Amino acid sequence: MAIDRFPVEASHIMMFARSVADANPIYYDEEYAAGTEPGKMIAPPTFAQSSAQFDPDYFLRPKIGEPWFGSGKEATGIKRDGSGGGGGGGLHAEQHFEYHRHISPGDVLTATVKPGKTWERESKRAGKLTFSETVTEYRDQNGELVITARGVGVRTERPVDQ
Amino acid sequence: MALSAGNLNIGDTYEECLVEDLKRTQLVQYSGASGDYNPLHTDEIFTTQVAGYPSVFAHGMLSMGMTGRMLTNYVGDGRLKTFGVRFTNQVWPGDTLHSTATVEEVAVEDGDSVVKLKVETTNQDGKMVVSGYASARVDP
Repeated sequence: MAIDRFPVEASHIMMFARSVADANPIYYDEEYAAGTEPGKMIAPPTFAQSSAQFDPDYFLRPKIGEPWFGSGKEATGIKRDGSGGGGGGGLHAEQHFEYHRHISPGDVLTATVKPGKTWERESKRAGKLTFSETVTEYRDQNGELVITARGVGVRTERPVDQ
Repeated sequence: MALSAGNLNIGDTYEECLVEDLKRTQLVQYSGASGDYNPLHTDEIFTTQVAGYPSVFAHGMLSMGMTGRMLTNYVGDGRLKTFGVRFTNQVWPGDTLHSTATVEEVAVEDGDSVVKLKVETTNQDGKMVVSGYASARVDP
């Protein structure tokens, strides 16, 4: 899995900031941003995760002409095997970011994703848990590393007891 | 308004209310912005009837994103060096979240003064939903 082109755009940053209820004008007002320490608009700290928009194979986005596992006439449009409890392909267990530089509109990033460790654990609330780690390196248009992201996903044997 | 190492003490805290009575519409908004359209976050029928959960629930990354807002409000724009979390409990529509950063260490790294923070976000029942850390460049 890799992302060949993740253009960082001002309107995407604005929509992302709204969705995390962040009213900081550095995320939408260029003039305001010019007077801040970074001197220009930047992206919120977790914005890199929205690179999913630019991953052609991202499996949690409905694709034109392909079956989708959300509800329509039926409660699910597709039977999925091996996704474990929770149905949606697992849950997010951890996320870590290391910022080498803060990204701005105009940056065009690439991302490479490497699989990391996998491990298992028994839990009372969800049965056997299978964890898997991925490390994503975001580089800018000059090939410089800007963000290193490490994510851990977990598949549960059954839905998590509440 | 940047933080300065000389004014920071171990144990200092900063806190914010991240959201009151989280709405399903915000989950739709986050799905659209982030590109994560997992039906577990927006599709009540799929989530209750197929996945077996009591209702849709928030993306972990939405809770982390709102927690990040608390952090940048505290440390300033473009100052974060690291930010990492574990998602310790699910966040549900109707939840009210509070987030706290606690100063654990003030250090010098590569010539920069850096504050190391413990980061915790809890729900209205005091249950931890996000548990992690951050570090940020501060003025000397």
